[in-house]
Amino acid sequence: MNQSYFKIVKNEPLTSTVYRMVLEGDTSAITRAGQFINIKIEGLFLRRPISVCDYDEKTITILYKVVGKGTAALGKMEPASALDILTGLGNGYDTTKSGNRPLLIGGGVGVPPIYRLAKNLLSEGKTPLVILGFNTKEEAFYIEEFKQLGIEVLIATADGTLGTKGFVTDIVKSLTAYTYFYTCGPEPMLKALSACTNTSGQLSFEERMGCGFGACMGCSCQTKYGNKRICKEGPVLEKEEIIW
Amino acid sequence: MVNTKVILSGITLDNPVIPASGTFGYGYEFAELYDINILGSFSFKGTTKEPRFGNPTPRIAECTEGMINSVGLQNPGMEKVISEELPKMKKVFHKPVLANISGFSVEEYVYCAERINEEEQVGIIEVNVSCPNVHHGGMSFGTSPEAAAEVTKAVKAVTTKPVYIKLSPNVTDIVAIAKACEDAGADGISLINTLMGMRIDLKTGKPVVANKMGGFSGKAIFPVAVRMVYQVYEAVKVPIIGMGGVSTAEDVVELMLAGATAVQVGAANLVDPFACKNIIEALPHVMKKYGIKDLNHIIGGAHK
Repeated sequence: MNQSYFKIVKNEPLTSTVYRMVLEGDTSAITRAGQFINIKIEGLFLRRPISVCDYDEKTITILYKVVGKGTAALGKMEPASALDILTGLGNGYDTTKSGNRPLLIGGGVGVPPIYRLAKNLLSEGKTPLVILGFNTKEEAFYIEEFKQLGIEVLIATADGTLGTKGFVTDIVKSLTAYTYFYTCGPEPMLKALSACTNTSGQLSFEERMGCGFGACMGCSCQTKYGNKRICKEGPVLEKEEIIW
Repeated sequence: MVNTKVILSGITLDNPVIPASGTFGYGYEFAELYDINILGSFSFKGTTKEPRFGNPTPRIAECTEGMINSVGLQNPGMEKVISEELPKMKKVFHKPVLANISGFSVEEYVYCAERINEEEQVGIIEVNVSCPNVHHGGMSFGTSPEAAAEVTKAVKAVTTKPVYIKLSPNVTDIVAIAKACEDAGADGISLINTLMGMRIDLKTGKPVVANKMGGFSGKAIFPVAVRMVYQVYEAVKVPIIGMGGVSTAEDVVELMLAGATAVQVGAANLVDPFACKNIIEALPHVMKKYGIKDLNHIIGGAHK
């Protein structure tokens, strides 16, 4: 973990509620796709944890949905302003277990960490298949970005305005030739995926956090291997250890 | 040169800054960030006889200048704390620590006190009396002078180390409870624990934390802490460890003026992992600014 100041380079809407922010600063603490950062926002007491969509030596890209006071404040921030951020939080996805054909399944605001994971798996010579789920076409984002990586992308929307009508699970159920799965999204989606997949996998969870770095025990969960802190031993848990 | 050294029951602290229990784990998460031996001491995660998961999640809520937690004393239990956590703690912190213990019956407090008393690195046993007493309809030990005194006496009888009772502010007369603890043999008083609070989510119409209520902490409660430390200082002779919303070196000085010999920092650690380091580094400058040469000279200064 690192604490440092980042400069906002870009902060732009992708849909009516989802924004992309690019931050410039010390990214050295980030080691894996699926980790998150914790942002101090003026006027709010607790930091706001946001997953990392992508990063390089000096920038971090986050995609966030405006849902409450914290994300609303983020949405109004102008480029060039500075943010106090904790980086390199959480365990992230382990790509060593993926096999050659892993499924990468993102639902709504769970899509961002899947993007960097896709890049990592590609660079390891694997052929991931990406499945993205949204409520409706207007809320869909980052489909082109995934396609530009040269990956096959399947889409599900609840109302059928884009791709398959239904949920990501409807697509997953029709597939057989995959080696593993990685996912991030709302908990009901994670639970449904855990039930309908026929391989092992890793699922990224969300929980209200106090500190984000393991000190307060605010975000603990019980697993088959004992208590885990979503912010520290998570947010990524393996399918086999989860108690639903 | 200014003197920041203070003494708690014969134990000299390099400075009065102590991370509060439940906000600093067993130290090692923070030791990755800085050398935590600059701390005066620290109070480790509240430990109970049996392992506890605590309350269901969500158990954290945002508040104006503060937060609510309903963690519910999650900890691995006394045996695992002694066999696994304390050895890890010893590697990163080399000063006497405060062992924070909790119980749901007098017997559990006694068990924890006896076990932790054997640990060499424990300088002070800090007894959290805010937990519900399962034998008395779940009423907190800390809400009645008699129950607080009973725990104090029972713990004192089985320990050789100084015993500090950590008081709840959710009472009508904290002075009476502090005095009862002192009369029962307490070597010091820690105050204040969190204030009971609650938030309701307007979107769902339901409480934010699953346990409905939780402990309110953070900057917002600082004036309550100052007031209660001030009141208790007037009534007891034993040293006071003041806490509640401390986030700056100025806050440390203010609580000491109210009567604290040492000061704990809680919620601030969760928002800024370097909070205690920053406070310790700022303290000599703040002392110079206010013409304070020795922190010992200002303890209870506001009463004169």
